Order: sequence, then C-alpha cells, then structure tokens
Amino acid sequence: MIVTSNLSKTYGSKTVLNINELEIPKGQSFGLVGNNGAGKTTYFSLLLDLIKPTTGYVKNNDIKVDDSEDWKPFTSAFIDESFLIGYLTPEEYFYFIGELRGQNKADIDGFLTQFETLFNGEILQQKKYLRDLSKGNQKKAGIVAALIGNPEVVILDEPFANLDPTTQIRLKELIKDLAKTKGVTVLISSHDLMHITEVCERIVVLEKGEVIKDLATSEATLSALEAHFSSAEDA
Amino acid sequence: MTLKHFLNLEWKQYFRSSYWQKNMALNMLLVFFALYFMVTFLALGIALYPLLKDRFPDQDPLVIVNSYVFYWIIADVLMRFFFQKLPVMSVKPLLILPVKRSKVINYVLRKSALSFFNVLPMFAVIPFGVMLLINDYPTVSVVVWMLTLLCVTLIINFLNFILESVSAETELSFLPVVVLAGGVFALNYFNIISFTNLVANGINAIYKTPLLIGVPILLLIVLYGVNFKMLRNQLFLDSALKSKVKEVSASNLEWTRKFGDSAPFMQLDLRLIWRNKRPRSSVFILIVGLLYGLFFYPNPTYNEMPWIYGFVGIFVTGIFLINFGQFVPAWDSGYYKMLMSQNIQYKQYLTSKFNLMAFSVVVMFVLSIPYVYFGWNILLAHLAAAIYNIGVNTHVILWGGSFNRKKIDLNQRAAFNYQGTGAVQWLIGIPLMLVPLAIFGAVSWWINFEIACLTLALIGVVGIVFHQKLMKTIVGKYLTSKYKMIASFSEDV
Repeated sequence: MIVTSNLSKTYGSKTVLNINELEIPKGQSFGLVGNNGAGKTTYFSLLLDLIKPTTGYVKNNDIKVDDSEDWKPFTSAFIDESFLIGYLTPEEYFYFIGELRGQNKADIDGFLTQFETLFNGEILQQKKYLRDLSKGNQKKAGIVAALIGNPEVVILDEPFANLDPTTQIRLKELIKDLAKTKGVTVLISSHDLMHITEVCERIVVLEKGEVIKDLATSEATLSALEAHFSSAEDA
Repeated sequence: MTLKHFLNLEWKQYFRSSYWQKNMALNMLLVFFALYFMVTFLALGIALYPLLKDRFPDQDPLVIVNSYVFYWIIADVLMRFFFQKLPVMSVKPLLILPVKRSKVINYVLRKSALSFFNVLPMFAVIPFGVMLLINDYPTVSVVVWMLTLLCVTLIINFLNFILESVSAETELSFLPVVVLAGGVFALNYFNIISFTNLVANGINAIYKTPLLIGVPILLLIVLYGVNFKMLRNQLFLDSALKSKVKEVSASNLEWTRKFGDSAPFMQLDLRLIWRNKRPRSSVFILIVGLLYGLFFYPNPTYNEMPWIYGFVGIFVTGIFLINFGQFVPAWDSGYYKMLMSQNIQYKQYLTSKFNLMAFSVVVMFVLSIPYVYFGWNILLAHLAAAIYNIGVNTHVILWGGSFNRKKIDLNQRAAFNYQGTGAVQWLIGIPLMLVPLAIFGAVSWWINFEIACLTLALIGVVGIVFHQKLMKTIVGKYLTSKYKMIASFSEDV
C-alpha cells in the first residue's frame, strides 16, 4: 500500500529523516516509535505531502504523493489540533469533512452513531465550538473525523496522548477493528510502548531519522522495546 | 537589567521570524517611506517660517502655526489609528517568571513613546523652533513651545491606544474613531465649538506663561495611567483564558448549494466571517466604505474633476474585496495543513473565495446606487469600477495571496491579538486602487469621462472572460508555494 524509497529530509546540513526502504502492506496496523526528534512527525508529514522530500519518494497505492493529489480521496489523517477548524461546532466540522469526502449529512449522522460511547455525551449537541472543547475532546473529534468516508489509509500522530483512560481503551479497540475487519492500513505513532504493542502488528523504531528496528509484534516485543529504550537512555 | 532582557527578546522575535526574512522588499519599501516622510517634515520645518513671513508679513508665523495644530491633531489621530500598532509583546511566558507585571507594562508603554509616529513630528517642530530662535523669539518660551508639541504628540500616542483597544473590543472596527474625529471636526467646522481656537489659544497661553505646560503634562500622565490600567487588566491570564462559552446558533446555510462544488467552502467562509472577531470587522468596514462617497460627491470641488469618480467607485465597490481578500489564505492558516491533506482541489477552495468577493462587489454596487442623486455619471463610474473589481482586482488579490506568509490565529481571543493590522496591510491595497485610478484618470483626461468608464469596464470584462484561465494560473502559483505556506503557517507567531 505504502512504499517508501530512498526517502530523506534535510534541513540545512541536518538530516532529520533517512529511510532507504520501507513497505507497509495493505491492512497492516503499523506503529512508529522513537524518542523526540526521531523523525516520526516528519515521516507522517512527508506521507501527507505537507513537506517536500529532499530525496526519494513515498508512493501511496502506487501514486507518488508529491506528484499527484490522487491519493487524497482514500487517505486521511489527524496529526495535531491544527487539523481542526476552531470556529465550527463538532457536527459542522464532521459535515464539512464529510462533504469533502463525498458523504452527505445523513451518511455522517449514521456514521456518528457508532461513536456515541466514545464521545461520552461531550461532543455532539453541545452547542460549543471546537475551540472551546477540552484538549481531549478535541482529539476525539479529530480522530473520528479522520475515519469519515471509509479511508483506506489512516494516519494518526500520537492518538493516545491527552486522552482519558476509558477513551484510550476504546480507541485501541477501534484501531484494531479497523485493521482487522475493514482492511484499513493504519499508521500510528506513540511514546507509549504498551499501547502501541497492543494495537500494532508491526512496530518500527526510528532513531535520528533512521529505521533501526523493524519488529513483528509478539509477546516479547514490549520487553524488547523497553530494553532498547532504557539502554538508549544510558548511551 | 530586565530592560536589557526585554529588548533582547524583542530583537530576536523580530529578526527570527520568517516573515521578516521573506519580506525584505516590503521592509525596504517601509524604510523608504519613513525616509521620505522624514525629509519632507524636515524641509517643512525649515521652510515654514520664511514662507509664512513672506505670505503674511503682518502676522506672527508662530500664531498661524498654532491655529493649525487642531487639524494636525485630528489628522494624526486618524493616521495613527490606521497605521500604528498597539504595543505588543508576548507576555504569557513572562507571567510566571519573577518579573513584576508593572515592569512589563511600563516597558511596553515607554517603548511606544519611541515610535516613529512620535519622532516624525519632531522633525518639523525642532527646525521650526530653531528658526524661531534665530529670529529672536525668547528662548524659554520657544523651548516650552517645543516641549508642548512633544507632549501633544505623546498624548495622541496614548489616546490612540485607548481608541484602538476600545474599538477592538466593541468589534466595530474603525467606526468609533471615524465618528469621533468626524464629530469633532464637524463641531469645529460649523463653529458650534471652535476647537481650532481652543487649541490655538491654549498653546499661545502656554507660550506666554510657560508654567501652564503643566496642563498637557498632567493630561499625558492621566492618559498613561489609563493605558497602564487597561493593560494591567489584560495581563491577568484568566481574563484571557476564561472561556466565555456561549451557546452557538448553528444554521445550515443550505442556500449555498447553488454554488455547486465550492458550496462547502462558501459555508466555511461565511462561518469564518461571522464567528471570528477579526474577519467580522471587515463586514463593518462595508458601512464605512459605502459612506466614503459622501466625502467626494457633495463637495463642489470634485464636480470639476470627474476622474476621481473611478477611484471612489473602486473603493466603494471593492472595500470588502480588499479587506477580506488580502488575507486569503491566511484566514485559513490555523487549519491549512488539514485542508492540504484533505480530498480537495485548490480550485474549489479559491473559487469559493472568488465568488464571495465578486458577490460582495455586486452587493456594494447595488447599495451605492443612491449616489445617482449626485449625478448619472457617478452610477456609470461605479458600474465600470464594479466590473473592473470583479474582473481584475479579485484575481490580483488572490494571486497576491500566494505570497501570504503570515499566520492569523483566529482561536486566540486573548488580549494583544492584533495580528495583521498595521501599515503593511494597506500597502497591498495601493496597486489595487492606484492602477485603475491611473487608467481611468489618464483616459478621462485625454479623451473623456464616458470612454474612461468604458475602458475600465472593458478591462474588467476581459478579466471575467479569462476567469478560468486566470484561475488556473493562480492555482498553479498556490501549488508551487504550498510547502512554504504550510511551513510558515504552522510557525508560532
């Protein structure tokens, strides 16, 4: 589904990302971990064509993302709060995104019913603008909006941060379900090793912009990752 | 000690912003303007005394100058209101540090006293004072006179901040200041209260009795105090953080469906304008723009110069276009990343903005029809200007938007949020108004008024005919600067 080839991003003389080859097959739940500055957000930004690669390319379903915009209909993302439109109510925001993805109002209303428990009565029909919601609720709205219109690729940067424990658990179920039953390719990043090993079938560790570990998740993965990061701290 | 830190912070903020680095040309232009005004004022200050002596040999030049101080005050207040920014400093990070609040405020206010707007008048006042001394006026009195004018400048400086923050809070844009200045001017003009004499007599009195300078100084202190208090109230974070969440009324704006593909963006734009303070003020500006014609048309002086009608027409029908359009796409800077990763095409996005601006031009033209009272040729000129605005200026301003690198943070309701106001904003309007003025003026001078209207309209029609082509070019321009825009819009201001 997503093929990364010879991809690098350099600012001045500093290379922040350098991935020779990375292939993410369709329907995989893919996790990205790494310390601050490892290049996680840079990689996601390159996937979404928000920054220009210095060398190489990303192909999403055989479409080079910086050449054509045809990957946009089946790809969606929530990177940070700047993906929200603060002066809209959550409903208006969902309808707006729906409109962009060819869903009418009724489609969206139907789609939103499945998230009632996730929203916990704090998002819909509150008559509040998104900018007036708490950080956690903003994040919920953003993540749900990224699922509108049955995208085939969903990219979520740090989806677990700022969420309350109940929502974290529900979100994990949601992400697992997406990849397993709907065949959606899910890319997430996280600093929380526990969450990410629980959700993802495959975990890639970035360090200083390079892929240094590429693991298929198993029982032993969590302890392997913990060992890796605690030794990295010493070094 | 603290002062040094403050200056250091500001220096860095200014020179490290990408806005500065990418806009050298604009900065050069501003510097050029500043130099131009300095030289002009200097020349005025030196030449004024001999000039007045020559023209009115039996009057005291100083008294003549004093009798015009009132007009200077009014003009200065208006100028500053539009061009001078409120003193801004990012205070949030400082609040929890061991720095006294009063220190921050005093610093911000005192810094504003060094503003170019306060220095500029001195370029005229000091040489004029020197000329007085050369001509044997009493030294003490002249020095006091100069100090008085300095005081007046500073009084205007601090008065302006009060006016600006009041109008920013009431969301009426520049309506209050125009009403105030207009009202005072009218009272004076119709001799109900003669402010001209009042100000002149005041300054003459100070000149004669230097001790009276205490009055303006007292006034200055009072205004400083008011400013101090105002800023102090804004410095408490809770007044900024306090969420005054009121229930929102959602309307579904179904009627925008008529616009087809760009309908969702139209809805978004309408909500953007209505729900945010900054863009909403551009709606109030419509009223001012509409009344702008009243400055010209009833005035017999302008009956002789119909070439000005083209300019007034451009301004009246295009005021929203200029005001709103120049911040495309910065209005959407807060969520620009999202828009760019969404399933949209630039074309729909830009078409929505185009529709909105073209629509506003039509509305403004219809509303300006009553000006026909002052003559049919006004209606003709407005129609031509409206067509020109739709055909040319909309495209120009959209094209110019692709150079836009300055973020507007709509969500921030805190104090000190005056982004995008200031001199630069008005520089962009110059080509939009001067080019049609030049065309219209030249043609009506060489040939006649009717042909001038026709020319302006024809150019507009050409723009409308090539709309699709032009949009394509504009979209291309946006695509090439996409990464740069994303990068600077996600930069914190």
